[in-house]
Amino acid sequence: MSEPAAEHHDPVVAFESAKLGLWTFLATEVLLFGALFTAYIVFRLKYPDLFHAEHGKLNRVLGAVNTVVLITSSLTVALGIDAVKKGKARLLPRYFGATILLAGVFLCVKYVEYTEKFHHGLFPSTNIFFSLYYMMTGIHGIHVLIGMGVLSYVVVLARRGRLSETYYTPAEMSGLYWHFVDLVWIYLFPLLYLIG
Amino acid sequence: MSHGSAGSRRIYYGVFAALITLTVVTVMVSYIDLGLLNVAVALLIASAKASLVALFFMHLKGESGLVWGFALVPIFFLALIIFGTLLDTQLR
Amino acid sequence: MSAGEESGIAGNGRGYLSERGWRSWAFTLDHKRIGAMYLWSTIVFFLLGGVFALLLRLELLSPQAKYFSNHAYNVFFTLHGAMMIFLFVIPAIPSGLGNFLIPLHLGAKDVAFPRLNLASYWIFAAGFLVIIGSLVAPMDTGWTFYTPYSAKTGAAVATLSLGVFLIGMSSILTGLNFIVTIHKLRAPGMTWHRLPLFIWSMYATSIIQVVATPVVGVTFLLLAAERLLGVGFFDPSKGGDPVLFQHFFWFYSHPVVYVMILPAMGIVSEVIPVFSRKPIFGYNAIAYSSLAIAFIGFLVWGHHMFTSGMSPLANTIFSFLTFFVAVPTAVKVFNWIATLYRGSITFESPMLYALTFIFLFIIGGLTGPFLGALATNVQLHDTYFVVAHFHYTMMGGTVMGFFAGLHYWFPKMTGRMLNEKVARVAWALVFLGFNLTFFTMFIAGTRGMPRRYAEYIPKFHTENVISTVGSAILALGILVMMWNFVQGLRKGAQAPSDPWRSLTLEWRAASPPETENFHEIPQVADWPYGYGTRKA
Repeated sequence: MSEPAAEHHDPVVAFESAKLGLWTFLATEVLLFGALFTAYIVFRLKYPDLFHAEHGKLNRVLGAVNTVVLITSSLTVALGIDAVKKGKARLLPRYFGATILLAGVFLCVKYVEYTEKFHHGLFPSTNIFFSLYYMMTGIHGIHVLIGMGVLSYVVVLARRGRLSETYYTPAEMSGLYWHFVDLVWIYLFPLLYLIG
Repeated sequence: MSHGSAGSRRIYYGVFAALITLTVVTVMVSYIDLGLLNVAVALLIASAKASLVALFFMHLKGESGLVWGFALVPIFFLALIIFGTLLDTQLR
Repeated sequence: MSAGEESGIAGNGRGYLSERGWRSWAFTLDHKRIGAMYLWSTIVFFLLGGVFALLLRLELLSPQAKYFSNHAYNVFFTLHGAMMIFLFVIPAIPSGLGNFLIPLHLGAKDVAFPRLNLASYWIFAAGFLVIIGSLVAPMDTGWTFYTPYSAKTGAAVATLSLGVFLIGMSSILTGLNFIVTIHKLRAPGMTWHRLPLFIWSMYATSIIQVVATPVVGVTFLLLAAERLLGVGFFDPSKGGDPVLFQHFFWFYSHPVVYVMILPAMGIVSEVIPVFSRKPIFGYNAIAYSSLAIAFIGFLVWGHHMFTSGMSPLANTIFSFLTFFVAVPTAVKVFNWIATLYRGSITFESPMLYALTFIFLFIIGGLTGPFLGALATNVQLHDTYFVVAHFHYTMMGGTVMGFFAGLHYWFPKMTGRMLNEKVARVAWALVFLGFNLTFFTMFIAGTRGMPRRYAEYIPKFHTENVISTVGSAILALGILVMMWNFVQGLRKGAQAPSDPWRSLTLEWRAASPPETENFHEIPQVADWPYGYGTRKA
């Protein structure tokens, strides 16, 4: 497959294009989660008592731990990109590796939470609150998985010496995506665990 | 093209500290029953955290107007779908 | 452009079509080839959807169910609608013609992300394969998938939802690609106000695709989850709300009717000045009205739900806002007519279809307010009046615009000329057949004939017979057109680079264009509509 000319005829245009494309993609993501948030608001206003009763069944401590885990993973991504920009691309695998590890921790905690809920007979079909809980965290979890894949790909690129202070587009783009995944969780955590 | 500066790491650590602090605060507040105020506080804190992530981690601060546009436009449409739907479900 | 270019600049004069073999298509990164693949796919689904339409018309020849079971009839109208909407009208112009034209119009070598572009096509292909796979238990819900029925029917709703989800993803990625391309890859001197109006309409279209499509994507995921996991968002017995499904569905599906119509309006804005030999009238008004249509299109989704039990205030507000759509739409129509005024009009096939667009779209548009107004809507809701209205806008509008575009750009895309006489015969058949088929539906609808039934009371018999005869003529017209395309491809005369004496940049490239479009990136010094004002 030949290299398409438009993709890198001018590195500045290519970088700016990638960035605009990624923000446009994030716009679609906002609306994707937006439909779920809309459903959340509609049903919360309709059944305040149900939400109040059910949200107490979630493990607030585990939710908070996971919040800290994701925030930390965002920090390591930011530091990794910063390192590349300063010409230390070889440090990127370490920082991004930490992020991928933390993402794994996040998913493990999620797994513990899910199995515990299943154990207590709380399924997606149990009631509207748990329908929302599983759909929102589930779709977010899929985003975490995809993010792990993307970050791993960038690690491979860095290992192969393809990233430098003059070309770090993949690192920057994967970082934007990862921060967005973090950002969604920043809203999901209080909505589901704290104020249900 | 490069915006990495010597101070950027310090900023990232500062943002990180703020995010952790806000997380602790919002969890602590959730144990106090303030009624509807709980919701307001939780959402305010979440929005503050989200803004920090967007402005510093995602470098929205310092981006062109075009990127700001693409970052803000979906929020408008999100407000629209929420408002339009509630217009029905709350007043049926 | 001199005639010397006709001899071809490089190789065999087949431009981007030179390479052969399936790999040269399946792995191509050339926006023109990807556009061509979309065109082939969507035209196949157009013909397939048309076959289902003919089966429906056949059944309606008599008031009693005669040829098919009621279930088969339900399946046919669902497949007709779903295929036409998701596999033809939504992708045909944006992904097909848009892919081919946008880089050429901008003076660029390709779209911003060629690999993503190819991925979009293959996601689209995966989507239509899944949709075809869902035929094992064909859908009978109508193309709108309304709950609660869609959550309960034995049909393969989850499979079809997944297919539509994939189609939507493809649509999002294409829109994203176009937005970035239009922002970042314009040739030097190509300012926003020198852009062809097709680009403005495609920009507005892309914004809608990017913002609206994810909502329907997640809605179909929720519907699938409702069937597979038992979540209850749309199930009243679990405290859910079936009308919420309609909100989400129409938050996407209403703006998406502008994804269907805006690109066609863009084509008409290109064709009218060329065949009137006059500068386009009201360039800014046409350009900004595209954005205005896209914006207002997001505010009016509730007008599909007036009889769903939505709150009275929501009904009133959505009805009120609906009328505003008429303003930017009328702005376009008036400007096209002003462009025609005192022009040196010639009636080549692209122009015939463009004028047909205006004529039919005015009828389709003017019957809109009857449906947008709350009181008349309740009377006309789910009657054949609605069917007639959206066929006048979608088929009379979008499809006629698409045909105008196919005839206009055929020489550019293939390097061959079409037989103009045959094209005009096809047009006459299409025009006659279309109006016979669908105008009668307005009459049947106002007399109270409900849509989506295999049987009807005998007083509607005359209208239905006329309509079925019309549909046969329409089908014949389309067959003649397709035959003409095939003949043109096989043995049409060699096309010059600018057969219609047009000024937009694609006509500066060879016919068909080379792989990276232009030998050198063009410098743009003027808008592309200076017809009649200089030697053009």
